[in-house]
Amino acid sequence: MIRFENIGLRYGSGPEILRDISFMLAPGSFHFLTGASGAGKSSLLRLIYLSLRPTRGSLTVFGQNIDDLSRDQLPALRRKIGVVFQNFRLLDHLSALDNVALPLRMAGLAEAQVQDHVSELLRWVGLGNHLDAKPPTLSGGQQQRVAIARSVINRPRLILADEPTGNVDDGIGMRLLYLFEELNKLGTTMIIATHNEGLVEQFRHPRLHLENGTLTVIPPAGGSEG
Amino acid sequence: MFRQRSDLPLTRDLTGHYLAWIVAVMVYLGMLALAVALVLADMAARWETGLVGSLTVQIAPMPETPGTTGAGTAAAPLAARTELALSLLRSTPGVERVTAISATRAAELLEPWLGGTLPADLPLPALIDVVLKRPVTVDVAELAVRLGGAVPGARVDDQAMWLADLRALARLVQLVAFAIVALVGSACVIAVIFSVRAGLAIHHPVVELLHIMGATDRYVARQFEVHVLGLALRGAVGGALLALLTLYAVGHAANGLRGAMLPTLSLPPAELLLLVVVPLVACLLAVMTTRWTVRHTLAAMP
Repeated sequence: MIRFENIGLRYGSGPEILRDISFMLAPGSFHFLTGASGAGKSSLLRLIYLSLRPTRGSLTVFGQNIDDLSRDQLPALRRKIGVVFQNFRLLDHLSALDNVALPLRMAGLAEAQVQDHVSELLRWVGLGNHLDAKPPTLSGGQQQRVAIARSVINRPRLILADEPTGNVDDGIGMRLLYLFEELNKLGTTMIIATHNEGLVEQFRHPRLHLENGTLTVIPPAGGSEG
Repeated sequence: MFRQRSDLPLTRDLTGHYLAWIVAVMVYLGMLALAVALVLADMAARWETGLVGSLTVQIAPMPETPGTTGAGTAAAPLAARTELALSLLRSTPGVERVTAISATRAAELLEPWLGGTLPADLPLPALIDVVLKRPVTVDVAELAVRLGGAVPGARVDDQAMWLADLRALARLVQLVAFAIVALVGSACVIAVIFSVRAGLAIHHPVVELLHIMGATDRYVARQFEVHVLGLALRGAVGGALLALLTLYAVGHAANGLRGAMLPTLSLPPAELLLLVVVPLVACLLAVMTTRWTVRHTLAAMP
């Protein structure tokens, strides 16, 4: 599904922050992406969700080498990827419903279907009474759920979460990771970036560990992944 | 209509609010300049219709010798020379109508310059109004030579000569008016480009987020287009109403001038409709410029 081959990344003329990154992710896999703050986790995720292009190496997403793709072909690929940001990145002037509806409207879904699907999903994440609420009026946990709902509304094949537990307490963080596991069981490939080693150790999933710009694949502790 | 949901909070931008004012001023100036161009075109056409194919023959008064009978001599009375010119003109092929202008009418024509009562002994030339058949086949230069040879003191005034100068002047002023319309359009385009680029810079994080979620450049551009169209429509309607009010006031004031030398400054309904095209073109230009600017700017993003 995702293949990195000797990928290097630098911003402008600065130093290379990712060096010779090579790995492959199978469909339906679950990986944690770990590393200290500033190790390049967000940059690696940006490469996967096609917000950056590598400065060298070969990147294949959903079987397509991105060097062979024009800008016009990227939106269709991006719609197969759901992204959850650490700071949620919700649009404050839109209601919770309109925030979650964005990916569907971009895909051109009929408005009646948009309303049905989004209302149902928001009820499922416990925000049925907050459909018209603007993000600033919601708590951090509620905003997180809106952000997750937005990332899964169009049933992406891959979900990337950048420090999803960074702004919530450990209890909510655990529940969030269980939710991601449920989504993974439904066939969605997951990559969860976090620097919370304690949380990661409670799950049996392989880790992509970044240190000094290089990546190491670490198998799950205690044997095979869960 | 334009209160619809937008993914980008563009209505909160102060930069965009000035766009409506800029479009209003541009539409106002553009409509006035176009009105000037249309009035001049109309005026030139009226001069053309009124004067092409017409001549004026002047027969200058000369000292008369009593008892002179030959009308073709300089000493012959003015009336006799006028009659000779009239018969010569009537017999010329291609002449439609020949009318001698009476002394009373000639005095009326001179009244604005010389006052109401003319001295009885003021020597006035005899005037003959000549209308040529269309299309004009008469060689005016040849006619002037023939008339001058046959009738002493006769001179042909071909209005087409000074009409050409007036036409050239009108065309120059028209060109200036059209240049102003083009300049105003260019200024409008530049204002839209700056406003849209400012909007893109301010909302870069949201635009980037939309891209990450799979928005196409067209989708993002559409958001800006709807916003700019709303502002441009507001400005265009305001500017157009003010321009029509100004034109009405100028036309009304010009019609009120006593004994005006000016031709009528009003525009026929068809040309008034043409003026209404200005705000529509301004809106279209604003939307097309927005689309181009957004897509051009987004092309630099990954």
